[in-house]
Amino acid sequence: MRAAEQSPGAGQGPQAEEPTYIQGITEALREELQSDPNVFLIGEDIGTYGGAFKVTKGFLQEFGPARIVDTPISESAIVGAATGAALMGMRPVVEMQFIDFISCGWNQIVNMAAKLHYRWGPSVPITIRGPSGGYTHGGPFHSENPEAWFCHVPGLKVVAPSTGWDAKGLLKAAIRDPNPVIYLEHKFLYRRIRGPLPGPDTVVPIGKAEVKRAGTDASVITYGSGVHLALEAAAELARQGHSVEVLDLRTLRPLDLEAIVATVEKTGKVLILHEAHLTGGVGGEVAALIAEHAFERLDAPVMRLASADTPVPYSDALEQFVLPDAARVRQALESLLDY
Amino acid sequence: MPAARRSRAASTAAPTRRSAPAVRRPGAAHPQPAAGSPLAAHPSGPPFGLTRDQLHRLLYLMLLNRAFDDRISTLYRQGKISGGAFGSRGQEACSVGSAFATQPQDVVGPMIRNSGVILTRGLDLRRFFANYLGRATSPTGGRDGNTHLGDLSLGIVAPISHLSALIPVLAGVALAFKLRGEKRVAMTWIGDGGSSVGDFHEGLNMAGVMRLPFVLVLENNQYAYSTPTASQCAAARFADKAAGYGIPGVTVDGNDVLAVYFAVRQAVERAREGNGPTLIEAVTMRMKGHAEHDDAGYVPKALVAEWEKRDPIARYRQWLVARKLMTQPEEHALDSRVAREIDLACEQALADPFPEGPSALTGVYAEGGPGASR
Repeated sequence: MRAAEQSPGAGQGPQAEEPTYIQGITEALREELQSDPNVFLIGEDIGTYGGAFKVTKGFLQEFGPARIVDTPISESAIVGAATGAALMGMRPVVEMQFIDFISCGWNQIVNMAAKLHYRWGPSVPITIRGPSGGYTHGGPFHSENPEAWFCHVPGLKVVAPSTGWDAKGLLKAAIRDPNPVIYLEHKFLYRRIRGPLPGPDTVVPIGKAEVKRAGTDASVITYGSGVHLALEAAAELARQGHSVEVLDLRTLRPLDLEAIVATVEKTGKVLILHEAHLTGGVGGEVAALIAEHAFERLDAPVMRLASADTPVPYSDALEQFVLPDAARVRQALESLLDY
Repeated sequence: MPAARRSRAASTAAPTRRSAPAVRRPGAAHPQPAAGSPLAAHPSGPPFGLTRDQLHRLLYLMLLNRAFDDRISTLYRQGKISGGAFGSRGQEACSVGSAFATQPQDVVGPMIRNSGVILTRGLDLRRFFANYLGRATSPTGGRDGNTHLGDLSLGIVAPISHLSALIPVLAGVALAFKLRGEKRVAMTWIGDGGSSVGDFHEGLNMAGVMRLPFVLVLENNQYAYSTPTASQCAAARFADKAAGYGIPGVTVDGNDVLAVYFAVRQAVERAREGNGPTLIEAVTMRMKGHAEHDDAGYVPKALVAEWEKRDPIARYRQWLVARKLMTQPEEHALDSRVAREIDLACEQALADPFPEGPSALTGVYAEGGPGASR
C-alpha cells in the first residue's frame, strides 16, 4: 500500500510539506486540552515518554501531570477509571498503547461504560483511542482491527479515520461526544499520509460518511486503510476508462445509511472492502443494509474483500498474503465491472 | 480496642516493612474476630464523637436495612419481583457503619449486598422498592433491577454484576477528585469472592500508585455463592493483600457497627488528607443464601448458629441499652418507625406504574454535555 489522496485535496497526491495523519491526532488532543479544562489524557507511557508512537510528545511539559496521567499497565483499570472520572464531569481520553490491548479492558467498555447511560442516566464522555491495523509486521498482537467487536455493542460509537483531516476532526468530535467512543487510528497511515488539517473549530461529525472519490460505474464502500487501497485501484481503473466511486464510511457505528444507499443508487455495483477479518466484519452489516434498503438498485451481487479469517501473521510474506492490497481490490473491481 | 487501631501502624505515608503475610494451610478456616463483644471494649458514653442522635441513627439504618431486605424476600416469594433478590442479613453493620463514615460530597459505589449503603446515603425507600419491582419511578426506570442503581445527586454509582468492576471506576472518581484538588473521597465494597477478580488487583494497584483518595471495604462474609473463603484465597487475611499495593490493610469485626465506622472513618480521613487508599476487611457472615433462590445447604448449620450469636443489630441494641444511650420508649419508637416506613414505601412502589414497552428503545445514547440524563 502506498500513500494516497485524502479529503479535502483528494486527487492531488501526497505533498511532503503538509502535516501527517498522526499530526492531526496530536493537534486535536492539544486543542481540546487547551479549550476544555475537563479534558485529560490517561494511558501507559504517554507522559514522560510521549507515547509509544509519540502522539503526546511534549504534552507533559505543556499541560502538566494533572492533565497527562501515566498509569500502570492495566487497561481495565484505565478504562474503568476514565468512566469514573467521566461521571464526575471530566472528559478523559484513553490511549491504548496498541489497540490490541483494548481486549484487556473489554468488560469495563462493554458492560460498565456502554450500558451506564441506558441503565441509570449519566453520560459517559470517554474516548478510547489507539493504533490499530496491520501492514507493519506487528504480528498477531500488534495488528488488530477490533472495530466489529465494538460495533455490536449498543451504547458505543466507533470511528475509523482514513485521512489527517478526518483524524483530527473526528477525534475532536469524539472527545466532545457525551458517549463512549472507540477511535481507531491506523498506525500504518501515521506518517505515510499527508494532507491539510482542519482548524481548531472544525469537527468531522460522527455518523457521516464521505465520498472520497466520485464515480459512476461501481462503488467501493470502505474505511481506514481500505480507503487508500480503493483510491489507488480507482486511479488505475480510471486509466482504463472506468469510473469508480470510493465511499469512506469514517464512522462504523452508527453507520451512515443514507450515504450507503446513495452510492448504491448511483452506481448499482458495490465492493465492500475492509482490512478487518471477513467473517462477522462491518462489511456484513453494510451488505445487509444494502439488501434491506437498496436491493432493487443493485446491478450485481454485493462483493466483499477483507482480510483472511486468520490471525494477522508476522512474517512479511504471510502478512501480505492475508491482508488486502490494491491489486486484489482492482481484480475484484474488474470482475464487478464485468458482471 | 478493635483490630482497627492495632493495624494503624501500617497506615503511615510510607508503609513500613511488614513481616511476610502468614500462609494459611489449605482448608484451614480464616481467623475469626476474638470471642466476646468488642462493643464492650468501647469506652462508656458516646464514642468517637458521635452524638446520641447519631448513635440512634446507626441503629435505625441497620433496622431499616434488615426490614428492607426482609420485605424484598417476601415480595420475591410472592412472585412480585421477577428478577433476583439479594439480601444482606448479618452484614448490616458493614454497609451502615462504612457508609455512615462518608460525607455528602463523597461518592460511593455499593455492591449487591449493600442496600444499607444505599439507604444510608439517603435514597428514597419507595424508589428503592420500585427498582426491585421494575417500575418506571425507580432510579433505573426498570432498566436494571435490585441494588443496581445509581443517583449522582446522592453520590451513588451503580454496580454491574461483574464483581470488582466498580473498583477501577471508583478509583477513577477518586482520580477526578485528586486531579481537581477536591477534598472528596470515593469508596466501594467487594466480597471475599470478588477479591479474586482481576479488577481488584488493577484498581487497588492504580489507587496505590497514584495515592488516590479511595477506600475499599472488603466484606469477608465466608462464602462466595457456595465457595468458602478457604477455596478463594490462600492468604491468612484478605487485608494482607493490601501489602502488595503499598497501602494499609485493616481487619475489623464486621458485626460491630462502631468498629466498622471507626476504621472506615480513619481511612476516609486519611484519604481526604491526601494520604492515599486503604483496604478494610470486615469479617462477617452471610446469614442467608447467595440470593433468595439459594437455601445455602452447603453452609454448616453450626457455623450459622455461632454467627447468630453475634448478630450486629442485637449486639448494638444491647450495647446502647446497657450504656443507657437508648430508652425503651425510644427503642419502640424506632421499631415502629421502621415498620411504618417500610409498609408505606412498599405499598406506594407496588402502586407505581411499569414503564411503557417502547420506551426501552430510548436513551441508549446520551445527548448533550456531561451529566446529561435521558
